[in-house]
Amino acid sequence: MTLYIFYFLSFLAVLSAFMVVYSKNPVHSVLYLIVTFFSIAGHYILLNAQFLAAVHIIVYAGAIMVLFLYVIMMFNLNKEAEPHKDAYIKLAATIAGGIFMIVLIGSLKGVEHIENLNTPNQSAGLIKNLGNVLYRDYMLPFEMASILFLSAMVGAVFLGKNELK
Amino acid sequence: MTEVSQNIIDLSKEKKQHTILNLGPTHPATHGIFQNVLKMEGEVILEAESTVGYIHRAFEKLAERRTYYQITPITDRLNYCSSPLNNIGWHMSVEKLIKAEMPKRVDYLRIIVMELARIADHIVCNSVIGVDTGALTGFVYMFQKREFIYEIYEEICGARLTTNVGRIGGFDRDFSPKAIQKIRQFVKEFPEALDEFQRLLDRNRIFMDRVINCGPISAEKALSYGFTGPNLRAAGIDYDVRVMNPYSSYQDFDFIVPVGTQGDTYDRFMVRQEEMRQSLKIIKQALENLPEGPSHADLPEFVLPEKQEVYNSMEALIYHFKIIMGETHIPVGEVYHCIEAANGELGYYIISDGGRTPYRMHIRRPCFIYYQAYAEMIKGAMLSDAILTMSSLNVIAGELDA
Amino acid sequence: MVSGYLIYKAIIVVIVFLVGLGIAAYSTYAERKVAAFLQDRLGPNKAGPYGLLQPIADGVKMFMKEEIIPDVSNKFLFILGPSIAMLTACMTGAVIPWSTPLVINGVSYPLQITDINIGILYVFGVVSIGVYGIMIGGWASNNKFSLLGALRASAQMISYEIAMGLSIIALVMLTGTISLQEIAAQQSGWHWNVFYQPLGFIIFITCAFAECNRTPFDLPECETELVGGYHTEYSSMKLGFYLFAEYINMFISAAIISTLYFGGYNMPLIGRFVTDPNILSILGLVFFFGKIFFFIFFFMWIRWTVPRFRYDQLMHLGWRIFIPLSILNIVLTGLGILVFNK
Repeated sequence: MTLYIFYFLSFLAVLSAFMVVYSKNPVHSVLYLIVTFFSIAGHYILLNAQFLAAVHIIVYAGAIMVLFLYVIMMFNLNKEAEPHKDAYIKLAATIAGGIFMIVLIGSLKGVEHIENLNTPNQSAGLIKNLGNVLYRDYMLPFEMASILFLSAMVGAVFLGKNELK
Repeated sequence: MTEVSQNIIDLSKEKKQHTILNLGPTHPATHGIFQNVLKMEGEVILEAESTVGYIHRAFEKLAERRTYYQITPITDRLNYCSSPLNNIGWHMSVEKLIKAEMPKRVDYLRIIVMELARIADHIVCNSVIGVDTGALTGFVYMFQKREFIYEIYEEICGARLTTNVGRIGGFDRDFSPKAIQKIRQFVKEFPEALDEFQRLLDRNRIFMDRVINCGPISAEKALSYGFTGPNLRAAGIDYDVRVMNPYSSYQDFDFIVPVGTQGDTYDRFMVRQEEMRQSLKIIKQALENLPEGPSHADLPEFVLPEKQEVYNSMEALIYHFKIIMGETHIPVGEVYHCIEAANGELGYYIISDGGRTPYRMHIRRPCFIYYQAYAEMIKGAMLSDAILTMSSLNVIAGELDA
Repeated sequence: MVSGYLIYKAIIVVIVFLVGLGIAAYSTYAERKVAAFLQDRLGPNKAGPYGLLQPIADGVKMFMKEEIIPDVSNKFLFILGPSIAMLTACMTGAVIPWSTPLVINGVSYPLQITDINIGILYVFGVVSIGVYGIMIGGWASNNKFSLLGALRASAQMISYEIAMGLSIIALVMLTGTISLQEIAAQQSGWHWNVFYQPLGFIIFITCAFAECNRTPFDLPECETELVGGYHTEYSSMKLGFYLFAEYINMFISAAIISTLYFGGYNMPLIGRFVTDPNILSILGLVFFFGKIFFFIFFFMWIRWTVPRFRYDQLMHLGWRIFIPLSILNIVLTGLGILVFNK
């Protein structure tokens, strides 16, 4: 059962990721990206990491993608508005992408045998354990990161204030 | 997205991405049919272009083919929120042309009707400001009172919206005792409703944030555009035709002309609120000092005789025939007469060549003048401000286009 | 046993779904009656006694109306929009604890579809997806007013989700759990969270108004500016879905506010008079719905009383007032926990 769901979700994730690239319309790309995020969230749930799945949906699908969509709608991007790209740039992009793919395949081949994915601790993804790890073992980096986000938020608010005047 | 606007504002040479938004001709906030083409960046209006003429009915041309008394129903359709003011303004303009004097009772009765109409008009304007900010409840409270004013109209002249009230030379009939009683009831009950409505809005934080500094216009600008009425007074200039150039015995009455300071939507709202109170005061004085006498002037060429007389007296029959056929004698001349209508100075300019119809008639419609300033007033504002500015200027399509 | 469990769950899912729809339908009737009451009018009174059949008449009307799909719009997305709005609205009901479990023949039947251990986060995630219904619908309509409505909706949702999340963090600090069942159970007696988190409650309920697009935050659809906002181009039952989703959201918001801050199914002093757990459970359900109906009324009361904000004022309120306030609330809560060692 779990295996079938895994295959289905993986298929969905890869398919929609491809569609993100292939869609002509940026709005469709964003919508496919949201589907990708959902299938990845499904993977998290399969790994019993419910907290991660929920946060993934809230942050990525619920906030970041909304902002993406907002910007695309705001500037009304469509096929006509897309700047025409040079043939050289296309060629360079193809080569770069190809090289990156080779690197990825190479690194995956280097892993001889993948460790058993069923981690011994089934409840590693639950909030209590996650909180214990974050607030005990990685207290300092976690707090630093949160302060960084807070300052970014304060900065955004101030930027908005100046623009209004 | 394809452009469907008429492209009054040309976007083809723009580098940045702007949108053209057609606010109107049919938009819920225009309260009528007129169009604004807005160039928007997000929610901010960069440029605006106002177009008129969607319900142009050629009143001035129509008037050239109608006898003087037949023009009154046309004036109903100007500012249809306060038809009696337009009617009586027209009657007084014609009376000025034929140099007729009205008895005091006619003046007072007219003042009662005109002030009621002013209250009805201000009710519409102020409660619609509320609606456009999203507060629907005050609108319903106030419209009950407006409904009562319409019942008074019904009692006076039989009609509600397009009243066609009065005739050249006074009233076709005197106020019935029931009408007087209803007016007294209104004077008694209205202040409470008005205060209740004002308490709902005037100190409401959200409402104040929305309307203060929304669509302001300076006194100089307002004057140079030719603003009059509450919109000019909100900008701080105490011009009121009732005081500056009293007509219909307004000099007998004691009332205050409220003025604002900023000329923004809040000031326009508050000026109209206060004007309703002053109108009520005027009605009260008129009721108290209402003189006895006939309800029309002694103008046999304009005031229809009683039916009994028409059947029994030769002279009355002749006058009746002449009035109905529009064969009354009108002197040659030019005359301009203006009254303080609910929206500002409403003027009628008549050129008579002595014929049965005016040679030329022009109406100075205050809305038409406000609307010219509208595009400038909303530049740089947000879409929501533009809506509020429009409703607080009280631009009424019927008066705008004539 | 497993099949019995599944049947029980299926039954409770269907009941919650139907009750949600029924309450949403009668919320439209209640909205009109409350508006009429506040505005000195009569409201619907022709369909059935006191107009009680009005929601059914409305529904039939919506279904019978002609379906209009604008020619230029993207047809699939145009249909997807209201579907997402309706789907997400119905999904949130899954984690709300309606009452304490019923015990029949020694078997405990919890009155909750599922008690997942990330309760609040689940609600949050579903609500954050809800905005896609509005955005996709507004964009696919290919109408500038709809697009403006969609943009307003997305900006508003994101801004207020932050403050809402921060206000919940303070609550979670206090309760130590994010399971709605446990939060509700902790508030027995007088220990309602609203007494410990008054500021958090104010922030939360205001944000709930914003998330439901209710006045004073009904900018995405404000009719005097944007004609109908994101649903300008919609007709027939697709419009009905949007309007219906709003009422379901309102019902769920009321339920969540009651659960988080007003004790859920708990009622003070009731334990003194009744001891039988099953009767307590049913009474808890009644109390819970009483609280929900009060908050639905509160939503309507506010709608017919105050004007709406302007777009920039909305952003100002969200970013410069509520976010700092909710951070302050977190700090205060932390201090409180430290001092009183709760």
